Amino acid sequence: MLCSNAVGLIKQLERTSDDTVPPYDTDNIRIVLQEMKSLYDENVEIVNSTRDHMEDAMFALKIRHRALKRNKRCLLAYLWNRLERIKEMRWQIGSILPAEMKCNFSPSEEQWLSNYNKSLASYMRTIGPNGGLNLLQNLKPPKSLYVVVRSLVDIGRIELDDGEMIVLKKDAQYMMLRSHCETLIHQGILEHVL
Amino acid sequence: MNTSEVAELERELLQNEDLDEDDNEEKLTAQDVLEIIEKAWLNEKFSPEILPHKTEYVDCMLEQIKYMESNISFLQSTDIQVDIYKFELERIRYIITSYLRCRLRKIELYAFYVLEQETTRNSEDRYLSDSELKFAVEYIQNLDIHFDSILKKMPWNLQTLEDPNKRIKPNMDSYVFLRANKSVSNVIIKDVFENREEEVELLENSQHLLPYSSVVMYIKDKSVQLL
Repeated sequence: MLCSNAVGLIKQLERTSDDTVPPYDTDNIRIVLQEMKSLYDENVEIVNSTRDHMEDAMFALKIRHRALKRNKRCLLAYLWNRLERIKEMRWQIGSILPAEMKCNFSPSEEQWLSNYNKSLASYMRTIGPNGGLNLLQNLKPPKSLYVVVRSLVDIGRIELDDGEMIVLKKDAQYMMLRSHCETLIHQGILEHVL
Repeated sequence: MNTSEVAELERELLQNEDLDEDDNEEKLTAQDVLEIIEKAWLNEKFSPEILPHKTEYVDCMLEQIKYMESNISFLQSTDIQVDIYKFELERIRYIITSYLRCRLRKIELYAFYVLEQETTRNSEDRYLSDSELKFAVEYIQNLDIHFDSILKKMPWNLQTLEDPNKRIKPNMDSYVFLRANKSVSNVIIKDVFENREEEVELLENSQHLLPYSSVVMYIKDKSVQLL
């Protein structure tokens, strides 16, 4: 059936949960693009062969044209919705996404993400009079100043925002300033203990 | 901590310095600025479209945070006040970042629409700050590059994406909760289904649930506050 592959792409996104980006479906996209090409070629052929009595062929032309438009719309919707998910991940995890996530991106998406990171960073640098504000911090309303966190990895010595050095050992628990550990929690180095 | 205590604390914390605002010639305390930002934050959170930016207040508050941080560093670290002040600063910082994030989300989602609207305004009453405008333009360019990667593989007559198809519009008729800061009369509510108009009066401090489009100008002139 016409457009079934294009609709399939949308369904595929619909079936996966919102916080994942499924692998970029190069095969299906190629099939859809091929379908578009053959629909277009058929239309051109009809136009060329039935130059004198176009009215008879009008319906055939219209149906193909509709199908072409639908395919185009589905492909763009597929791309756009993937971008929304990539953006969501970028806000949750940070500018550097793990390789196992990135391997699901298309080259163009990687390019998009790096451009997005650049504009976001340059925007954040221009906020306020003192050289910027990190919007990726303070994501949740603060309930308490200190939080109990557990280190998930042996990271060793790290430097905090205020220049203090601390040593993080695996499975050890720490009481830290929320502002200090928020980024580390997003990066998966620390875990919030409730 | 109840609300009055919090307000008390904020006042105490912000008492440090009075700030001058050149444009309206009146003296604003840091407390006033924070209140303005808090209101702007609530309005921005609940309105479907993007509202005029408050960059000067945000800048002023960030300057103030820096000043307060340096004040705190003079206190003994064992002093109980330090933690209370720090917590208060965290709360202020959350409000500011949340406000700016909220604007950024809207700019991204409605990028084409927002920019179209901006071109109809002259430079004094733009809704976006300069850096937000730059971000919006870059965001659209970036999106176009990405879409073009697939569009140029399509038959030639489908290779362009017309502007109307790119534009996502905020729903201006969505309903919002609001409180009137002062009495407003002759608010016109359009009934789209029955194609007629109705006039209502908002009494001071009364709360209402109304379509955003009917109250948008009262939000902008601060006679009503979204909740």
